[in-house]
Amino acid sequence: MLEIILERFSYIPIIILMMTGLYVVIATGNLVKRLVGLSLFQTSVFLLYITMGKVFGGQPPIIAGDAHGGDAGHGADAAAGYGAEAAAGHAAETAHHVAEIAYSNPLPHVLILTAIVVGVATLAVGLALVVRIREAYGTIEDDALNAADYSLETGSAE
Amino acid sequence: MDMLASLLPAGIAVHAPALIVVIPLIMAAVAAFMPKGLWAWGVTLVTAIAVAVLSLNILGQVSTGGVISYAMGGWLPPAGIELRVDMLNVPLLLLVGIVGLLCVIYALPSVADEIAKKQQALFYSAFLVCFAGLLGVTITGDAFNVFVFLEISSISTYTIIAMGAGKDRRALTASYNYLVLGTIGATFFVIGVGFLYMATGTLNIADMAAVLEQNGHDRVTQAAFAFIVVGLGLKAAMFPLHVWLPNAYAFAPNFVTAFLASTATKVAFYALIRFVFSVFHPEVNFVAMSFTWLFAVVGVVAMMVASMQAVFQTDARRLLAYSSVAQVGYMMLGLGMGTAAGLSASMLHLMNHALMKGALFMALGAFALNFGVRRVKDLAGLGQTMPASSAAFTVASLSLVGVPLTVGFTSKWYLVTAALERGWWWAVAALMISSLLALAYVARLLSAIWMETPPAGKAGIAPARRLAPWMVLAPMSLLAFANIYFFFHADPLVGLARAAANAVMGGN
Repeated sequence: MLEIILERFSYIPIIILMMTGLYVVIATGNLVKRLVGLSLFQTSVFLLYITMGKVFGGQPPIIAGDAHGGDAGHGADAAAGYGAEAAAGHAAETAHHVAEIAYSNPLPHVLILTAIVVGVATLAVGLALVVRIREAYGTIEDDALNAADYSLETGSAE
Repeated sequence: MDMLASLLPAGIAVHAPALIVVIPLIMAAVAAFMPKGLWAWGVTLVTAIAVAVLSLNILGQVSTGGVISYAMGGWLPPAGIELRVDMLNVPLLLLVGIVGLLCVIYALPSVADEIAKKQQALFYSAFLVCFAGLLGVTITGDAFNVFVFLEISSISTYTIIAMGAGKDRRALTASYNYLVLGTIGATFFVIGVGFLYMATGTLNIADMAAVLEQNGHDRVTQAAFAFIVVGLGLKAAMFPLHVWLPNAYAFAPNFVTAFLASTATKVAFYALIRFVFSVFHPEVNFVAMSFTWLFAVVGVVAMMVASMQAVFQTDARRLLAYSSVAQVGYMMLGLGMGTAAGLSASMLHLMNHALMKGALFMALGAFALNFGVRRVKDLAGLGQTMPASSAAFTVASLSLVGVPLTVGFTSKWYLVTAALERGWWWAVAALMISSLLALAYVARLLSAIWMETPPAGKAGIAPARRLAPWMVLAPMSLLAFANIYFFFHADPLVGLARAAANAVMGGN
């Protein structure tokens, strides 16, 4: 039992964050706080993706160069300089490296970069809407907004 | 079809799948810099025409040459991002492209009336972003890309809905609520995609399906299924998750409502079909169970409850918005049958519903443009003052009920046939009852328009107002005419729907 929990340790904070965020969205009547909850909820998903990319014992996903200690880009430059034969040998060497070292998966990080941008854009639009709501209604509390709309629907019928 | 395929020079036709998304995105930036609303509208119109032509061309290419797979940036799938067009998403592309074009023509007078002058260019820009997002969701073959495009379209949708605040401040709260719920939906969807990625190690939809078929399903993929269904269900206004829709449709600018009602939920529904049928196979145990116990049940409940709610609305657009929720219920029911016949009925209803609701919301927009009316009782006597718009409205609303001689009848006919094939008598009964409820709410609108006399002081239209509406009237009448035309010439739409169902169900 303990082993099962420890193996999945990384999910515990994620689930806590996720539920906290969702709870805040549902429970609060303040529009700004609701957006805070929403961001928290989204952030938990970012973490879910990031932890997904971790491989136990995995290296950072940078293809290590040869003895010169260069990176892949450097290797490619060198290969261009030394001609086709050297390039082929170099490629084989790089492939060899890749085969023996376990790398963490970089893709989820890239995905999450996009998702963060989406999250920021959503938050920005949400906050802009809250500003406009405050200008139009003079409040950002849900109850007060509903009351204002309700009186609009019933009271001021032409 | 050959004619459509050779609509564009080969050099452009090859890149059509990419261009159809890229052009609106770039033009959105161009439109934002236009100094006048009219110019921005011109940019939007040119873009919409280009997209409509491209979508026709893609239809031609797919019908003659089969599935198009476009490797974005030359990176081959599954590693690269793939744009993939088959018979399932071609109808959606056509729908978004052509209805989008009609809506854009309609937009000029409507937007000029509703949006402040200096905001118009930005408004059109946001609309183009939304347009690009919807096309992107439809055309992409990459699961994470679906999320990104879904959010591109949603975020711009929140802003253009909020622009209705010039007429009614409730547009702001409607938009805010949509933002919160839409974001929760998108996040649920992305959690689901994450789980699928964990289980399969790929993001390409076709590849995912292949890996899942090989590896079978476990609890991770079941969780993924649940998250994706809830997430996309929220975007598609599946019944208990529809609460954002009525207010958003009721208070958005008229043009936005007409566009969204006929495209946005449809595209989300397409994405749902894509995931449920293509990624998860309908014969997998838990998917098959979800058809009967989730989609069919939710569909029937939506047909009943939302139609019932529609009957009691006072705001005309809210009434139609509830009816939209009910119509999504019809589509869910078709999907829930889990047969090719059910799915094709569902796709047919999707297209037909876009024709009806497009015309209906445009007509309500025309009424609002001339008289500023919103509530059902304010529609009184419009049959005399605005006969053409009222006629279009009448045709489309009869189609909504499913009266013979309109497309509404065709799609309901196919739905009933599919339900009978499956032996679901209760579904047929539900369809009938829901149609009667539809008759009840449509009758309220039509009796107000035709039976009642116009209140004094409304009969005289200001002469300046009479000039604008041909741009309003033309797309509206075209959609209303399509509602009748496709009853008599049902083959094109039925053929598209059948081909779509066969594309995902495989064969038969």
